[in-house]
Amino acid sequence: MEISRHNDQIQISELDPFLAELLRQIPASASPDGVTAAEQRLFSSPTNGKEPELCAEWKQYVEPELRRLFQSATETVAADLEQLNGNEKSLANRTLHIPAKHTDAWLSALNQARLVIAAKNKFTELELSDHFRSPIGSRRDLSLFQINFYGFLQEFILRELDG
Amino acid sequence: MSRERRRGVGCRAQSTDTERTTHVWDETGSVTTAEPTQETRSEEDLDLPWQVVVHNDPVNLMSYVTMVFQRVFGYPREKAERHMLEVHHKGRSILWAGMREPAELYVQQLHGYLLLATLEKLS
Repeated sequence: MEISRHNDQIQISELDPFLAELLRQIPASASPDGVTAAEQRLFSSPTNGKEPELCAEWKQYVEPELRRLFQSATETVAADLEQLNGNEKSLANRTLHIPAKHTDAWLSALNQARLVIAAKNKFTELELSDHFRSPIGSRRDLSLFQINFYGFLQEFILRELDG
Repeated sequence: MSRERRRGVGCRAQSTDTERTTHVWDETGSVTTAEPTQETRSEEDLDLPWQVVVHNDPVNLMSYVTMVFQRVFGYPREKAERHMLEVHHKGRSILWAGMREPAELYVQQLHGYLLLATLEKLS
């Protein structure tokens, strides 16, 4: 896989089918799917449970706006990812172009996905800081790899934004 | 937060005559106190200050948190990094302190960036 900046877009080329599939899973991975821990992480309390009146107002007025914001980001990313749904041979390497104006949506969707996967799997801080864990031997290992891969993409986008 | 709701938060119409001690809060939550004065204030003015606190989170990247602090609070990179490192090492950092309404807006923005942020009332 190669990742580079070309004019007004980020290009991820030489994407093998495995990494392409991980990218395709970003929108689905960002959904908390009714898992309480994931819901609570994406929509955390503004007061750690204190100030019940404020929390109730927050749930009524702020949470729906946050949901719309997060959904809008994942929809933008899902639309960009349609580039990976070609009719070419399924095992061929692919290239993905991310317009510069979509980078904020990508940062958000990648972050949502990382937080939701971490919450669903109840990863410990120790596991999350183990970036060299290998090989992938279980579904849990794959989820940790997914978090690290998405984090790598976030880092690259942030470096590009930083100029 | 909707504008309609925001107008209703922390800004009630009644005024109150009171002997008032003036407190000045800087962004780290330090307080200096001035002499009491007799003046008319709305309840909004009497509202206790609130702190915007960001808590440690093992998932969010350090570079991402720094970028968010720069964007939301307009802090220069060094200051944003200082707060990010405080969150990382001490588990939390006070990013801002002041009236409830802007504090709520800051927390809403931070939640929009998926940071663990809370409002805490200064007692």
